[in-house]
Amino acid sequence: MMLFHSEPNPDFNPTPEQIQAEMKRWQDWMGSIGAQGKLKSPGEGLGYQGKTMHADGSITDGPYAEVKEIIGGFIIVSAEGVDEAIQLAIGCPALGNGGKVEVRDIMDYESMAAEG
Amino acid sequence: MQEKELSDIFKKEYSNLVAVLCHYYGVHDVQLAEDLVSETFVRAMRSWSHSGIPDSPKAWLRKVAQNKLKDHYRRQKTFDSKILPAVDESDRLAPAVEITDEIIEDSQLRMIFVVCDPALGGESQICLALRILCGFNIDEIATALLSNKEAINKKLYRAKKAIKSWEQFETSLSREAYAGRLDSVLRVIYLLFSEGYYSSVNEESIRHDICCYAMRLGVFLTRHEVFPKPKIHALLALMCFHASRLDARSSGNNGDILYDQQDRSLWNTELIQKGETYLNRAAQGEIVSKYHIEAAIAYWHTVSDEGKWERILQLYNKLLILEYSPIIALNRTYALAKANSVEEAIREAQKLALEDSHHYHCLLAELYRMNGERDRERGYLASALELAIKKSEKELIRNKLELAERCMSDKNSGD
Repeated sequence: MMLFHSEPNPDFNPTPEQIQAEMKRWQDWMGSIGAQGKLKSPGEGLGYQGKTMHADGSITDGPYAEVKEIIGGFIIVSAEGVDEAIQLAIGCPALGNGGKVEVRDIMDYESMAAEG
Repeated sequence: MQEKELSDIFKKEYSNLVAVLCHYYGVHDVQLAEDLVSETFVRAMRSWSHSGIPDSPKAWLRKVAQNKLKDHYRRQKTFDSKILPAVDESDRLAPAVEITDEIIEDSQLRMIFVVCDPALGGESQICLALRILCGFNIDEIATALLSNKEAINKKLYRAKKAIKSWEQFETSLSREAYAGRLDSVLRVIYLLFSEGYYSSVNEESIRHDICCYAMRLGVFLTRHEVFPKPKIHALLALMCFHASRLDARSSGNNGDILYDQQDRSLWNTELIQKGETYLNRAAQGEIVSKYHIEAAIAYWHTVSDEGKWERILQLYNKLLILEYSPIIALNRTYALAKANSVEEAIREAQKLALEDSHHYHCLLAELYRMNGERDRERGYLASALELAIKKSEKELIRNKLELAERCMSDKNSGD
């Protein structure tokens, strides 16, 4: 799974052209992974609204706990391992906006059960 | 009457009659229905070669098939009830067999859904569809699918045996069950059409026929209230746009002429308009299926505006995000070269891992040609030539290779 981290910038008001160009970058990048037959799920983009429930039952505003970074979305790719998946992140538009791409393996419970 | 017309009647009536006989006799014995229809055709051939073709060959064939079925019922009854002495008793038991356009419609619809059972597997579905829905003979199917008679016979035999065990089809399917199988039916129609459109066998007439039959089945589905229409319309739009280029595509003496080099005056504007009408109808409703996206791509290909490539690229992206297919991946890379840059397309092409496909090598050759690197183009064409199997495709690659070599030697002598 690829998680896209970014820092929200409340002062950023993109023009329609900028939005269009950003959409194209994402579609081209995801299309590229799709063209390699490695896109398992196009995932979802996440908005800026959210609340967080804490262990003591308190609720705070915002999706971010302690850091100002938020997760802006995710996709699921199929790869032989984390190393291959991180190669697929090359060209990800999140990187162009000062964000990060975090790659995590997804646990395969079925094969774990089969093995042991 | 022209020979071609006559063979069309045979083809069309073959599927009609088999469907109706199955309607009366049950789909579990497709073979029986086929045998009876074949007997009917043999009878027609003998009789018509003496007395000439009747005014209404269709009616003639239906009448004879009707009688054949009646005879068969009678024989079957006699056999089943040997202990009963009175033969005329079983006569009365034989049901009235009628072959009308209405019954044909019903039976054909049912037949389509039998043939498209997902349990059969793609190739068997295509074989059965060509045989039973399109009335192709074994030779024609073998040619169309680049196979041999024995292999096709085996496939058909196995498929029919599988159908035999579907007793549940005897009781008529509910509306929901029909609608639930629609996706599978659309897939078979799509495959059928692609088979006709992309296969480069030499006999042009077979390819055109397959495309026509696929479209006929699509139109047929639109006539039935049971089905939600958007996907059917999208598929029809797609087929109309592609079919509009069939003549232009196949006008070359050596294999297919690809899109860029086609003579646009050969495009069929009537079919393009039909495609637009279907595409508009397909837009009613919420669904965006892969047929919608592919139809939209085919639509943009009919437009000569250069800005279309960005649209086409985005549609291919969408399609690939929805579902992977090697051919779509290759097409997307070409659109990438047109919309973004050739360099980017070459970089992306190298990630595709389709080295076993000659289409992949052809694509890279084309990209290097666009980039002015004729020596690399030649290298990829040479490997494409080794991988290609179909004669017409080899021919096409060889022509390009000669052209590339000529360009290189011109350049060298100019230096």
